Amino acid sequence: MIAEAGLAALWLAAALSLLQLFLGTAALREGGEAMLRVVRPVAVAQGVLAGLSFLFLIWLFLRTDLSVQLVAANSHSAKPWLYKFAGAWGNHEGSMLLWVTVLAVAGAAVALFERRLKQNTLIATLAAQAAIGLGFYAFLLFASNPFTRLSPVPVEGNGLNPLLQDPGLAFHPPTLYFGYVGISIAFSFAVGALVTRDVGPDFARAMRPWVLAAWIFLTLGITAGSYWAYYELGWGGWWFWDPVENASLMPWLAATALLHSVTVLATRDGLRAWTVMLAVVAFSMSMIGTFLVRSGILTSVHAFAVDPRRGAFILVLLFLYIGGALLLYGLRVGTVKEGSRFDFISREGALVVNNLLLTVILGVVLFGTIYPLVTEAFGEKLSIGPPYFNAAAGPVALILVVFMGAGAMLRWRSDRARELIGRLAIPVLITACALLLVVLLAPGIRILPLFGLVLAAGVGAASIAPLWKRNLRRTPLFIWGMVVAHLGIAVALAGMASEAAFTKETLIAARPGQTMGVGPYSVRFDSVEPVAGPNWTAVEARLTARRGEGSPFALRPQARMFSSPPTPTSEAAIVTVLDGQLYVAIGESDDQGRWQLRLWWKPAVTLIWLGGFMVAFGGLLALLGRVRRERRSARRLEEALA
Amino acid sequence: MKPKNQRLVLLALALVAVLGAVLLAMSAMRDQAAFFYAPGDVARKGLPLDRAVRIGGMVRQGSIRRHPDGITIDFLVGDDTAETIPVRFTGITPELFRENSGVVAEGRFQSDGRFVASEILAKHDENYVPPQLAAEGRHKTETLE
Repeated sequence: MIAEAGLAALWLAAALSLLQLFLGTAALREGGEAMLRVVRPVAVAQGVLAGLSFLFLIWLFLRTDLSVQLVAANSHSAKPWLYKFAGAWGNHEGSMLLWVTVLAVAGAAVALFERRLKQNTLIATLAAQAAIGLGFYAFLLFASNPFTRLSPVPVEGNGLNPLLQDPGLAFHPPTLYFGYVGISIAFSFAVGALVTRDVGPDFARAMRPWVLAAWIFLTLGITAGSYWAYYELGWGGWWFWDPVENASLMPWLAATALLHSVTVLATRDGLRAWTVMLAVVAFSMSMIGTFLVRSGILTSVHAFAVDPRRGAFILVLLFLYIGGALLLYGLRVGTVKEGSRFDFISREGALVVNNLLLTVILGVVLFGTIYPLVTEAFGEKLSIGPPYFNAAAGPVALILVVFMGAGAMLRWRSDRARELIGRLAIPVLITACALLLVVLLAPGIRILPLFGLVLAAGVGAASIAPLWKRNLRRTPLFIWGMVVAHLGIAVALAGMASEAAFTKETLIAARPGQTMGVGPYSVRFDSVEPVAGPNWTAVEARLTARRGEGSPFALRPQARMFSSPPTPTSEAAIVTVLDGQLYVAIGESDDQGRWQLRLWWKPAVTLIWLGGFMVAFGGLLALLGRVRRERRSARRLEEALA
Repeated sequence: MKPKNQRLVLLALALVAVLGAVLLAMSAMRDQAAFFYAPGDVARKGLPLDRAVRIGGMVRQGSIRRHPDGITIDFLVGDDTAETIPVRFTGITPELFRENSGVVAEGRFQSDGRFVASEILAKHDENYVPPQLAAEGRHKTETLE
């Protein structure tokens, strides 16, 4: 009955989204007060129903109800409960249900909490959100039904891909989706504002918190995914330019650009048409990403099933929504008035540069991700790998980081170049010192890591600059947010550069009792023991690492064999110390009793993810700051009226 | 500077940015004209000696040879052509690396035609086939069950 209840909830939610679209359009045409009042509750009900349907699926997975095809194909009764729970979205249908649920819940949140947007625009926004939902409900119900029953009922399920059996599965997909799909709100806002011709500072101020919230989740999700790949896949890399990673990076790039341009629109009433365009592009990137990942044209741990019909379905939705939004944009952009002007040497000018550079990076990544697929469709094989992305996107990203440091020091509307140079003196001095220091201490360093380290120092200093000469206790929270987020970028950059420049690796086939060195550590290989977990057995190497005369600590990398499905995986042992990580993986044994060991010393590598979390935390501070300021001004308005 | 029509200037800048992105992408593409080589491609396109590339194919039956150091292996990668690529790899092979199964390796060609791999890419499941091969029907999927 649970599966049927879930399916019913899903159908009802789909019907409500149709109703929401219909009522919204009718209300906009005829302007009936009565209809306006029901659109909000309908959106909320739709969100609740979609959420319910998702909860029912989780319930099925927790009970391991093998009469449901999806559970039988992807779960197993002997799995630890956390992976039964998170396994609900560790497959194609379940993850699409999560996708649609986030879409519906985001719409419901707008219906519940959005009070500043003009009512007409809000109705149009909710109608647009319902229109997106409708297509994806159809995709779920007709091409990816998660609740299909199975007969006869198998005795046991097939189990979950062991690579996914990790606490990361409980955290990474939901956070990523909240950002990835949450950015749909920006898309719907843009469509809504185009329909009612309401693009202006008020619209931007209403949209900003939603963009910020989605962007925070997206940042967290990408950071978590990067760390998960780093420790689970055991190759010691943190970013692989895999199409699936690019699929999450592209919406992030667009959302980051949008975040900055929406500020120009909210504060200075500039970049009107451009901001609307970015809002459309950001969610379009999410949909393109969904197509790449869910259509089965890529082979990856993220792509669960290959079914060409599904790809065609999403492709049609893609053309409908992106094409529709662009058509509306083309028709209506002429009615968007030109915003206020500004000097090019100003905060707005710097933000324009930020937007242009982010767009260039986005274009480069999009091209590199899509082009091989397009040529393949025409019969020509072509493969684009990390060298392309590093060569094309890396330098632009470094330039962008420089502008980030300088731009935050500029005044709004108009500023003087000479004054800016004065303000830049200290960061430039720090950059020069860092250059000297790095060249002296690490003479053989390659050019990109060198630039990365030196710029990280200078930009780190520059990003704190907006706090100079301010009373720190009276500084608004959103200024703190900007400072923390920009500093996070510098911190992450330092981590990336340090990882690229200073990683030490030792590869060895060793016997128990042997001692080897990696970086500043000496590591003793003590023994190999068999161990067992709930649904796996493993050989575990016991190692003791020691740095100089410091106290020794244990490392226990494992080579695991999962029972269902029977799959070997490697669990690296990672120890984090103040200035980096020691990373050990175990390989095969040979007939002489030796074991392959791979040891890495990665100085400052943790800064990469620390920086990512700082960026997200900065976003959170900015969000809180904006909400607080709004509450305060609303209260003041009330008092003035009373 | 007070541009008469700032919107046009911004539009022009945006176009320049997009154009710049395309040019940048094109030039980076040319630098690594082909990134993926199947054994048959090497004879056809010549050895790419100047850059890191990926190769892919099937590990030939009986071709894996282990060195005395315990961590270096040599093996041959073949496809449906008569050509094979001799590969040398120092490191820990992914769990699913074995004879008669698909493999993708990243590294550099030496002038004698040997490929020195810096990384053997992990495959995500036992049915994995390099997409470049699967698409060409060079490989029939085999499953473990």
